Order: sequence, then structure tokens, then C-alpha cells
Amino acid sequence: MAGMTITEKIFAKNAGKAKVSPGDNVWVSVDILMTHDVCGPGTIGIFHEKFGRNAKVWDKNRVVIIPDHYIFTADDKCHRNVQILRDFVREQGLPYYYDPEFVKNEPRMPNPYLDPTKTRYKGVCHKALPEEGHVRPGEILLGTDSHTCTAGAFGQFATGVGNTDAAFTLGTGKTWLKTPPTMKFAFRGEIPPYLTAKDLILAVIGEIGVAGATYKTMYFAGEGITSLTLEDRMTLTNMAIEAGGKNGVCDVDEKTLQYVRHRSHVKNWEVFKDDPDARYCYEKEWDLASFEPLVAKPHSPDNRDTAMNCRHVNIDQAYIGSCTGGKITDMIFAASILKGNVVKVPTFVVPGSTEVHADMKRLNLMGAEKGPNEKSIEDILLDAGCRVGPSGCSACLGGPSDTFGRLAGTEVCISTTNRNFPGRMGSMQASVYLASPLTVAASALTGHITDPRDYVVKPIQTGMAGVL
Amino acid sequence: MQNIIRGKAYVLGDNIDTDQIIPAKFLSYNPSDPSERRYFGMYAMDGVPAGQMGLPNGNIRFVRPNEFKTDFTIVVGGKNFGCGSSREHAPLAIAEAGASIVIAEFYARIFFRNCVNGGYLVPCESVERLVEKIHTGDELTVNLGTCKVTNETRKTSHALKPLGDVAPIIEAGGVFQYAREAGMLKS
Repeated sequence: MAGMTITEKIFAKNAGKAKVSPGDNVWVSVDILMTHDVCGPGTIGIFHEKFGRNAKVWDKNRVVIIPDHYIFTADDKCHRNVQILRDFVREQGLPYYYDPEFVKNEPRMPNPYLDPTKTRYKGVCHKALPEEGHVRPGEILLGTDSHTCTAGAFGQFATGVGNTDAAFTLGTGKTWLKTPPTMKFAFRGEIPPYLTAKDLILAVIGEIGVAGATYKTMYFAGEGITSLTLEDRMTLTNMAIEAGGKNGVCDVDEKTLQYVRHRSHVKNWEVFKDDPDARYCYEKEWDLASFEPLVAKPHSPDNRDTAMNCRHVNIDQAYIGSCTGGKITDMIFAASILKGNVVKVPTFVVPGSTEVHADMKRLNLMGAEKGPNEKSIEDILLDAGCRVGPSGCSACLGGPSDTFGRLAGTEVCISTTNRNFPGRMGSMQASVYLASPLTVAASALTGHITDPRDYVVKPIQTGMAGVL
Repeated sequence: MQNIIRGKAYVLGDNIDTDQIIPAKFLSYNPSDPSERRYFGMYAMDGVPAGQMGLPNGNIRFVRPNEFKTDFTIVVGGKNFGCGSSREHAPLAIAEAGASIVIAEFYARIFFRNCVNGGYLVPCESVERLVEKIHTGDELTVNLGTCKVTNETRKTSHALKPLGDVAPIIEAGGVFQYAREAGMLKS
């Protein structure tokens, strides 16, 4: 009998079975269910319709609601949707809700938080979930957002679902899942200073295509992954969905344990490893030193090319943000290149969470507490001519027409986000290139797509940024 | 679930993502409010590039401007239909416009799951690629019992894959009805 993978072991535990195999349909208990302002109202509507107007959620400590998509807009339907979340939170007595208290139910642009440390609002759900201790190894997380797979970086099973599935889980604590086969992507060596995990995942997606992992688990393994920060691992698992993956997962190590113990008040979670005789439907090993800085050209995340080959592409805008490329380490990567220089094109920076935003003000370029006469990461970005907006999903998915950084015409944009589908950032005529924060920052300085190798001469230290 | 579905085909290409099926700017409508829900029908497929709207010729809107319903009953796609965002608004928009079935080579998993569990659309898989064999506007008859789609306009027919594991959920009309019938939920 073959051994099991991490994902199979988590499925077996939550299904109450000794063993599951790829293809098995199982009913599992769900540890955490997350929703947000775009899919929450529909989910809540189905919950009330199917379970009754007075129904209660299965476990109020396992429901997490994080408004993040359409916050900084004058569109009053968006504000109304936040109000629907608030009403539900009050009705159910939910403790884990991160309210944008500055959003009033009226048709005007809300004034953002003044101090990111003094708001309950968090920003992008996939960054906020682990920060707030809702992500733990060995658990099952469902979220009404396809990038819920990000949390697999912490050794759990996390995947995106629709409103109906979420409503079903809200009432029952359960869902049915088909056990996926696992693809193993092993990485050797240490990551060179001119690369980030974004380059690795663009390489993987370019290799297997946007449907290369459909219905499958993407397991990122090897010493190359251990060498990455948790934030960089999140960049890998975040984009598993861009290859069609059901989930992405990394091994749990000391970095994971340190993070989760520091963040979560729940202590009784389990760490799983792949058995030595676990079965994989695909295996490939890569040497980290073999990669070059990459981009995904319009209009698909698998349209891989090197930044070098695209050096003749002029850009009109650069964008640094999102659950993929708006973490504090991403900001340090970008600021390391932008420091002391001035951008040639409008460059929009959107912190992935209010914690990231607070850290941008608190930390220096080494990821340590800044001294009184030292520049913060945000200072460096502002000095370089970047525009820094409030935390949230912002222009990553276009959004309402008044969204910060949204594309409106025929712009060419280089972006640290995760999707470059037609129209994704707001304009059907625009062209979006996906790249690492290093490549985006270097390109912002030159006005054309630029390989960051000329700008990164020594390893970039991020210290404990994004950990404690 | 109807076993025989007749109507006009609307043909799209590969990797039709959910931003194309329903662009993000329309997601502020609340699908649980009937007066807002119908706008998902109006804007279904609004994000498909014009040249890809209704193959082979393109420039055929799924829903005419300022209307809520489509003339097309059967959407035909290629590989990886419904990739990208988990938004359930996507199958809901296609169904709200009045279509009832999609036939694609294969699906992105969250879209497929949403079709099945939400009971919006029957997500059929074709045995061979149909994007070049069926034209937008062709009159089709889908027989889910015999797993066959007949093109009445071109006098051809093509095999469909059986629905498999999810057939009982589709037949029940969605995961809630399925769970009730299976005794997992109280009626």
C-alpha cells in the first residue's frame, strides 16, 4: 500500500478515515471558513435562504470575515456590501471580523485609516489570515476567493470555493472534496539575490501551462524552499491556482512553527509530512541557480519570457501590491532597487495589509526597527516618486472605476500581481506583464522592462520582517 | 434536470476566465437581491475580447446591449473553461442570461464545482474539441441520457463524456438538495 502525501493525510484526518487515495470523494470537516466583501453578501444570502432566517453558523470561532476588495471607492453598492457583512457579524456574534470602520454607508470615497496600527481593518484576506493566526499546519481552510490556496505555504490544505459551497459549510461545518493527486516540484540550492519566489512560480507555470495542475496539488519541496522566507513561500502557493491547481503546499519547518506559534492562540494542530513512498503524478527537480528573472507577457500567466528578452518593451505604469507582491519582504525588495533613484513612470504601491503598511513605516531597508534619523521603507518609496495607497486588493482585479492604480486605457503595466487576463486590471485595451518586485522596481526606474541583475549586487536582507 | 436541451450555440475559445465571463467591476451587485441579480445576465461575457465573442466570426455579443436575456442556450468552449477567480457570479451570470448548459473540453475546478453545487448549469465535457466544429448560432440538441450533442444545422453529432461522480448532485439540483435527499441535512 502506497504512502500518503501531506494533502492526503489532511483529508484522511478531517474525513475520519485511516487512508484516502487520489480520486476518492470524501466529506471533510472544515477548520476555518473565510469570506470577504465581494462573495460574502451572496454567501450570506444563500445561507439565510437554505438554513432559515434565524439559522446560526456551525461554529462562530471558525468563521473569519475580511473585507478587502472594494473598500476605497465612492461606489455605494460596495459600501452597502460591507454593511451586509457587519449586519451578519452582529447577528451571529462573530469574533473574527476586520471592519473598515472608516467606510460609511454613503456614496463618497472613504478617508482611509490615518495610522495603520490603529484600525481594525486589515486589507487583503490572504495576507491577513496568517497574520491574525487563522492559518495553522494540518488544517483545512476554505475561502470564497481563488487565492485562498496561499495558506498552503503553512503546511495546510487551503482552497477557493464559491458562495454555495461557503454557505453549505457555514451551516454544516462540512464540504465534499475529491482527493487530488500531487505534483512534486523540488528545488535545489539557495535562491540567488536577483530572484524572488515570483520568478520560480512564473517558471513553473510557464513549464506546465495555466491548466497544467488542474484538479491537482502542487507540492513545493526541497532545500530551495526551506531557504525561502514564509512570505516568499506564500508567493509560490498563491499562484498555484494560476496553473489550475486545487491547492499548493509546502513542508512545515522551524520558520513555519515560529510564525504560527507567535500568531495563533490555537495550539492543537498537527504537522504532516509526505511518506517516503508517497505517490506523485508528476515530479521535477530544479536548480535555483538555473533561473533567470522572468515575466509573464499579456494576457496569460503562462506566457513566460525572460525580463532580458522583453527589454525593448516600454512601460507606462508600474504596480507593486496584492496578496502575491504586496508583502513587507516584497516592499523591501522593491525599495532596495528604488533607494536613491527616481521612477520614470507612475508607480503605484499598495501594501498587502495594514500590518505591512505599519511595517513599511516602522522598519528600515534591512527589515529592522529604524533609527530616529533613518529612512523607513515607505520613506524610500515616496522619495523615489512612488504613490503609496491604502491596503487592499485595489487595482489587482480592476475593481470600480475610481480604484487606486486601475488601468483605464491602452497602458502597458508591469505588476507584481498574479493575473494578466484581458481586462484584469480594469482596461480591455491595456497590457499587463507580471514580474517580481525586483524586476518591477528596476523597470520603473528605466521606463522599459528591465532585468534586475544590474541593480542587485549583494543579497537583500529582510531580517525578521513579516515574521514577528 | 432535463435530459434533452435544445437551442442555439454560443462558441468561445480556450482559457475563458471568470474575469471575461463577468468582469470585476460588476461584482458589487448582490446576487441575493433579485432586482440586482438580473444585471449579471445583462453583463454575462462582457469581458470577452470582441474578436473572440461568438466564434468563428467574433463580434457577436452573448447578450444584446441593455437586455437581460441571451438568445443562446448552449455555450461551447475549449480547454480550461472558467479559470481564474472563484466568483460564483460567473456560472450564475451565464444561467441568469438564460443559458442552461456549457460544453467544454475541460473545466477549471472551482468553476466546475460552482456549476454543480450551485445547480446553475450542466458542465458537460466533450470527447473531441468542438470549438472549430460548431459555429455560433448553430441549432444544437444535447441528449444527456445518450451523451450526445447533435448539430441540427450542420447535420453532425459529437459524443459527450458521462457526468460521472457529480451526476447525482446535478440531478438533485445542487449540493443542498443532494444533501437533503441523502439525509445529511434536515428538510
